[in-house]
Amino acid sequence: MLDATEGYTTADGRKIGGVVMEMKNITLRFGGVTAIQDISFDIREGEIRAIIGPNGAGKSSMLNVISGFYVPQEGEVWFRGARRPQMRPYQVAQQGIARTFQNIALFEGMSVLDNVMTGRLTEMKASIWTQALWKGPAEREEVANREIAEKVIDFLEIQHIRKTPVSRLPYGLKKRVELARALASEPKLLLLDEPMAGMNVEEKEDMSRFILDVNDEFGTTIALIEHDMGVVMDLSDRVVVMDYGKKIGDGSPDEVRNNQAVIDAYLGVAHD
Amino acid sequence: MIYREAGEFKTSYVDDGQTFPIRFDRLGYYVTLAVAFLVIPFMVNDYWVNAIFLPFLIYAIAAIGLNILVGYCGQVSLGTGGFMAVGAYSVYKLMTAFPDINIFFHVIIAGAITAAVGVLFGLPSLRIKGFYLAVATLAAQFFLVWLFNRVPWFYNYSASGQISAPERTVFGIPVTGAETQPWAVYLFCLVFLVGSALIARNLTRGSTGRRWMAIRDMDIAAEIIGVNPLTAKLTAFAASSFFVGVAGALFFAVYLGAVEVGEAFGISKSFLVLFMIIIGGLGSIFGSFAGAAFLVLLPVALKVVGADMFGWPTDTVAHLQLVIVGALIVTFLVLEPHGLAQLWRVTKEKLRLWPFPH
Repeated sequence: MLDATEGYTTADGRKIGGVVMEMKNITLRFGGVTAIQDISFDIREGEIRAIIGPNGAGKSSMLNVISGFYVPQEGEVWFRGARRPQMRPYQVAQQGIARTFQNIALFEGMSVLDNVMTGRLTEMKASIWTQALWKGPAEREEVANREIAEKVIDFLEIQHIRKTPVSRLPYGLKKRVELARALASEPKLLLLDEPMAGMNVEEKEDMSRFILDVNDEFGTTIALIEHDMGVVMDLSDRVVVMDYGKKIGDGSPDEVRNNQAVIDAYLGVAHD
Repeated sequence: MIYREAGEFKTSYVDDGQTFPIRFDRLGYYVTLAVAFLVIPFMVNDYWVNAIFLPFLIYAIAAIGLNILVGYCGQVSLGTGGFMAVGAYSVYKLMTAFPDINIFFHVIIAGAITAAVGVLFGLPSLRIKGFYLAVATLAAQFFLVWLFNRVPWFYNYSASGQISAPERTVFGIPVTGAETQPWAVYLFCLVFLVGSALIARNLTRGSTGRRWMAIRDMDIAAEIIGVNPLTAKLTAFAASSFFVGVAGALFFAVYLGAVEVGEAFGISKSFLVLFMIIIGGLGSIFGSFAGAAFLVLLPVALKVVGADMFGWPTDTVAHLQLVIVGALIVTFLVLEPHGLAQLWRVTKEKLRLWPFPH
């Protein structure tokens, strides 16, 4: 096992740091259904961490626990060296955790630029009085945050649609705008819930490249859920495998691939 | 050909973010302001001011207020009439209690009081939304009207139960009471409308506006990206009620002069302002103006056409107005949910290319 503060070096030579987020013995129940049962794992600085598993394994529930949307009945969430008290989702976002959704959750009535700018809202603190006047602090803050938003827009190559209403965009671009919104907040931990669901091969390749670039350029720690095994094995540094709410595997893609429990979960076991 | 954006390059984010990015629009805006402040005051007479300009200016303020809540933040409210009554009774109590303070400040303080009341009645919005919230605000409407009817302190124990505005002056010129000049009351309300529109625009273009719109479009996602739903919704209720309160104060003090609460600020007022923003355009400051102008001008136009030109009986014309407004609302909801503001946007898009097809 790895020590909490000491990192490791990946196969492609990237240095991975200490633990950013640690889930300790998380159990989540909905009435009589146990969605997550006693799961522990950690996410380290700068790594791409994948959570995989068959349908209904509890992956999205896990992401919802991390982003504060579900409160686990048991277990502790540790973020950046401190135990996280129970928080509302907006407080989790203010701590520096951003996410995208399995089903796109953009603000359809707003332009792409406004959507990306909503990612900066945690940093925009000008009071309502200065905003009513606009000239002065509010305008300065707007311009400063616009610059950061524009960097993300450039990075994800969506400059040409920045003034387009989101509702007019095709699916693949919406996914990219959602990533831009999450990135605009300059997150310390980025959660991606099936970033490639419903995409064709080219779009998947684009998205994979963006995810790798984000990790590479900004050093963003990323946790992602994905069903496409090829993508997961290529992108991620370490993989958590879940099945029926339990953790059945954890390790590098190669270790997970050769784990008998994982193979059984995906391919099924003969019952005699 | 004249209306175009080709050749206009923005080199800073400040330029890019201005309210009227196209030079022609900007010009039109300045011309409109100049006409409103420098030309119309010299031309208006009593009839024009009382039949058209005052109702338009005051309803436009109320529509801006309601549009912030419904159009920008997505919280349906049917309590506009009640909140206007709060503005009216606040300004009445302030005018009679502190006669030495300028009426200008009374109106603003009345708006602030209404904002506080709005926040109070906005609290249920944290738990309920949509139709259920509409019903909760409807309760505010009935409760407030009942309150102002039943508690004599609010109407200073007057025998009739009405409130009537004493004479107050701005720079020595009366703006309330019996001795007012048309141009003076027009300018007084115009100042408030322009101020309200600028503030509303500034609030909606920045981070506050994005918080509101995020809540409107998808409240769960808004919370996940770091918007506190409590503050976002309550600031929307406060800002909205402030403008509605200012409108109510002006409606009573400057326009009507004397008010009986059930008549002036009943449920029909709530619906009238709601229709204005639906027809004008939800989520648009311009739409608030357009909707207010439309619903103020429609009865006047119908009266001119129906009663004066064709000689129809006036009650027929009045009924016809209800029919037309009802039909228009259905038409707008079906054909153009974004209202006159959207029609205006589409026209401008077309004008940019005109006379070329592409």
